[in-house]
Amino acid sequence: MKDIKISIIGFGDVGQGVVQVLSQKQQTLEKLGVNIKVVAIVDSRSSLVNADGIDLEKAVQVKRDTGIVGKAGSTTAEIIKNTDHDLVVEVTPTDINTGEPGLTNILTAIENGKHVVTSNKGPFARNYAKLMKAAKDHGVILRYEATVGGAMPIINLIQENLAGNTIERIDGILNGTCNYILTRMGEETLDYQHALLEAQELGIAEADPTYDVMGIDAACKLVILANTAYNNNAIFDDVSITGITKITPQALELADKNGYAVRLICEVSEQVLSVAPKLVPKKHPLAVGGTLNIATIHTDLSKMVTISGIGAGSIETASVILSDIIHISTGYLTHTL
Amino acid sequence: MNLELKDIPGQLVLALQPISEIKGNILSVVHHHDERTPRGTIPVHVLFELNKEKLDELIEQLEKNGVLVARVGEKRLHEEMSVMLIGHIVHTDIRDTIDAVDSTGCAEIVDLALSMPGIEQVSSAFMIIHASTKENLMSALDILHKTADEKGLLMIEPIKNAI
Ligand SMILES: NC(=O)c1ccc[n+]([C@@H]2O[C@H](COP(=O)([O-])OP(=O)(O)OC[C@H]3O[C@@H](n4cnc5c(N)ncnc54)[C@H](OP(=O)(O)O)[C@@H]3O)[C@@H](O)[C@H]2O)c1
Repeated sequence: MKDIKISIIGFGDVGQGVVQVLSQKQQTLEKLGVNIKVVAIVDSRSSLVNADGIDLEKAVQVKRDTGIVGKAGSTTAEIIKNTDHDLVVEVTPTDINTGEPGLTNILTAIENGKHVVTSNKGPFARNYAKLMKAAKDHGVILRYEATVGGAMPIINLIQENLAGNTIERIDGILNGTCNYILTRMGEETLDYQHALLEAQELGIAEADPTYDVMGIDAACKLVILANTAYNNNAIFDDVSITGITKITPQALELADKNGYAVRLICEVSEQVLSVAPKLVPKKHPLAVGGTLNIATIHTDLSKMVTISGIGAGSIETASVILSDIIHISTGYLTHTL
Repeated sequence: MNLELKDIPGQLVLALQPISEIKGNILSVVHHHDERTPRGTIPVHVLFELNKEKLDELIEQLEKNGVLVARVGEKRLHEEMSVMLIGHIVHTDIRDTIDAVDSTGCAEIVDLALSMPGIEQVSSAFMIIHASTKENLMSALDILHKTADEKGLLMIEPIKNAI
């Protein structure tokens, strides 16, 4: 059994989800021969460090009761540098424009020889190539499955399962909020504002829905897919983006009468990077409803592979982070033992 | 197109060359070797794609080559695509848009459904475009895109391979 020491930077929905799945999956992890020990947790105002392993249940309780997880006084960079650990889980909020604080956190981790697992898209929007190069130069692994498609393992699918294929195109629905709004507008002839309000009440859309409904969130995920599939240094600014705010229930009805649903579709190929509402034949696999995420990968050898899954949520996202941690840990074990 | 060839060698080339020379795309050729028309000629059925305007030119060339054009089948448009426009569409605008596409001669809007809930409200149009070739379809889409941009309309295309 080998101890893998990790820090969790960001202790919101996803950070706490990670802690929960780590506790819940203790036995599974033991069977795999890894003992994952959380030695540091950081939120926006405080941090908690314990070289022997943090009491996770207590940490969550303290965070819930007091709004902070530990003591003020140390910066995230100091924690990453000065705490002895192997892997950083970066789960702070997404900022697509600056990439911060994730960008600096990830680079600091890499430069200090730590592997990184993240669900934060922001750092990749304009710096995918830089981050990957830094990881390579420092001999560490950077995994980011949770940044795209929630629980749907599309990055792994492209990088590992479809290795050797040439990817001709990827079409996908990568924003559950937009899909929910479009589905509801179509089903109930709700106008956009009403469907958005409903989504907000259900916690599916955020108070500020701009990133989602303008197609910005989807575009950022698309950039990550493009880089993963083509290594093409694509950045956010290369994507042509149209959101869903102009769509009306009458338009959806008209499309429906003609056999189509309207969905916010991401299209990725070597020539095209676009996020736009598209007509999807109702019987097409991409015509999914609700908050589901789905993608069809068109390849030369495997032809069409379609994958779908729950696009967001604390535990779902944490599950993918766990899988990335296990991937690194088990590889790390064979490597170092 | 049904053609009739003289029963001497080299006639098929004389029939097919003019089609490819004016950039027609030959889809199939059925050559009835062992049949004869009452005139003693050999019937050939050729299926191809061509800009409609070039048809007269082609027939002229074929006849120059001594090939008899027996029947020109009705024009068949092969590419089809559905497109939607959303915004402040007015009847006159949509007429202009349709005319702009139709006037290219190689694509046409064959079906149009409008939803206009009220004067001040956003309306939508669902249209089906036919074109003889992919290129023609793409130029029709370009025209639509331009119009949509000019008028601030949202244009929604189908996803690829699902047209
Ligand atoms: N939620 C999902 O379903 C989902 C799915 C896929 C990807 N993601 C991505 O995962 C990341 C985390 O999402 P979330 O839902 O967990 O967000 P969240 O609930 O808002 O949590 C963010 C956490 O980061 C902390 N934080 C903010 N600024 C920080 C800083 N400068 N240094 C250290 N910590 C800082 C916050 O601290 P405080 O607690 O003190 O405010 C909070 O604990 C985001 O990038 C998001 O886009 C989320």
